Amino acid sequence: MSAATSATETADTAAVRRAIASTARPPRPGRLATALTFGWRGMLKVKHVPEQLLDVTVTPVMFLLMFTYLFGGAIAGSTSAYLDYTLPGLLVMSVLFTTVYSGVSLNTDLTKGVVDRFRSLPIWRPAPLLGSLLGDSVRYVIAGTVIIVVGVALGYRPDAGVAGAVASLALVVVFSFGLSWFFCVLGLLLRSPNAVMNAGFMGIFPLTFLSNVFVDPATLPGPLQAFVDVNPISVLATACRSLMDGTPDGVAIGVSLAVAAGLAAVFLPLTTRLYRSR
Amino acid sequence: MTVHAPLAIEATGLVKTYGDTTAVAGIDLAVPAGVVYGVLGPNGAGKTTTIRMLATLIRPDAGTARVLGHDVVTEADAVREQVSLTGQLASVDEELTGRENLVLLGRLLGLRRASARARADELLEAFGIAAAAGKLVKHYSGGMRRRLDIAASIVVTPRLMFLDEPTTGLDPRSRNHVWEIARALVAEGTTILLCTQYLEEADQLADGIAVIDRGRVIAEGTPGQLKASVGTGALHVRLLDAARRPEAAALLERAVGDAVLEADPAALSAQCTDSERAAVGLAELARAGIGLADFSLGQPSLDEVFLALTGHPAVDAPTGEPPTTTLEEQSS
Repeated sequence: MSAATSATETADTAAVRRAIASTARPPRPGRLATALTFGWRGMLKVKHVPEQLLDVTVTPVMFLLMFTYLFGGAIAGSTSAYLDYTLPGLLVMSVLFTTVYSGVSLNTDLTKGVVDRFRSLPIWRPAPLLGSLLGDSVRYVIAGTVIIVVGVALGYRPDAGVAGAVASLALVVVFSFGLSWFFCVLGLLLRSPNAVMNAGFMGIFPLTFLSNVFVDPATLPGPLQAFVDVNPISVLATACRSLMDGTPDGVAIGVSLAVAAGLAAVFLPLTTRLYRSR
Repeated sequence: MTVHAPLAIEATGLVKTYGDTTAVAGIDLAVPAGVVYGVLGPNGAGKTTTIRMLATLIRPDAGTARVLGHDVVTEADAVREQVSLTGQLASVDEELTGRENLVLLGRLLGLRRASARARADELLEAFGIAAAAGKLVKHYSGGMRRRLDIAASIVVTPRLMFLDEPTTGLDPRSRNHVWEIARALVAEGTTILLCTQYLEEADQLADGIAVIDRGRVIAEGTPGQLKASVGTGALHVRLLDAARRPEAAALLERAVGDAVLEADPAALSAQCTDSERAAVGLAELARAGIGLADFSLGQPSLDEVFLALTGHPAVDAPTGEPPTTTLEEQSS
């Protein structure tokens, strides 16, 4: 080893020793502070991995353009009439697609070993899960905003104006909170992030199509119509339409919130249990 | 350090099974505070499972363990306050920058925003990754990544650090760097439990070693004791001309002792207890005109120790009979 190399090694060692020696353990942070720190981590991911956001926003925008201009005239008589009908539904679709990524990113953390680092820290156990959900909510809002803005650019004008759009977006985000716990369970059970993504979209894709997001169920055959009517995605889309139109449908809104609460009640405890035992 | 140094780790009869597989079959460990203690064994021997139990990541199925005086099951949070994990066990976030990772951990450990940032910068500087502080970790080189892993583990200096395979896949320079850091930690009073399958690494760093095979401790001692347990030392030579190895082997058999051909086609060794015999052997080789690239007189390597203890080489997948030898039997 040359003299120069050993000199730098020594310098490194001295700096390392200083760095090691200089710490006293601070008091443990509070639960909320810990969860917020994980929320900050979630936002950093939105910043560093914008592709994820692109994936989930481009698909609904594509559907918006395709359905409006290709099928809109045939389905609703004119593209503008169809845009009025389908945009609230596409808002639902866009944000719900984003929830799949809650499960995907949880699974990624597990496979990469980051979760083990968090679990070896003296922190409030559910903080990483709650925190990442906070980060996810930013993603939901962005995904929803993109679709509304594109809709407005294409000529969509909600009767209830900005207030209607904000109310719909808020409802969809709340619903997504509930649904995302289901994908967290998938994220904890399946082996790879890709498996979570495939399983997630395999579920959410048909459910979105078998709803009133794209077509008025009145034209559907009986049994299918029965299914579409009880599909929670239909109910949520109906609730959003009513908010956008300025004629809030109390039942649809209530049912949407109840479904979200039910999903959270079942899958949140399951998620924390699986997370702990993993 | 006092004579009655408290134990950093005290484990009795740890067992962990997964379905039909017994990963850890009753491990006892007594690790004194303030040292590097090596846990040595091949892949699948149960090293990582043992560490995961000691670090409170999984619960043992049977047995008990106290880490720095706290029970790993009933006082898990007290253990977590004083230990940190590095290596294969606990990773950093690849989708964040190096600096963000350290700030994140600082915040989670209770540092205020400004102190967390200052601490991150200090560590990045000390570990030679300041230039890449703003780069995403997934773009880091192996050595940088490993240093960041270690930096992440000492955002608040732990009293006990679990180092799992810290140098796997690193080039010699980065490896030495990691070893330097480990030594610096011990000098500052941290106890290190080092898991490795590299015998050289345990030899270089560890004050005490437990050899693990198939979920059990099969031997324990200092590196010197373990080597002594497999017998005498050897004269190792490396020839300039590999073709002359049979000739050299015959010569050393006569002049020194039993000769063994090593994996390197130009290298061989001869059993040898004293340096005078070794000198005679070297003189004989010189007289026969057999040129040497290198020679050394040494104790047996830990590789040989492992082979003697377990009946199979350290790096191979376990095969054949379960080992029945113990260190006591070996040394008698």
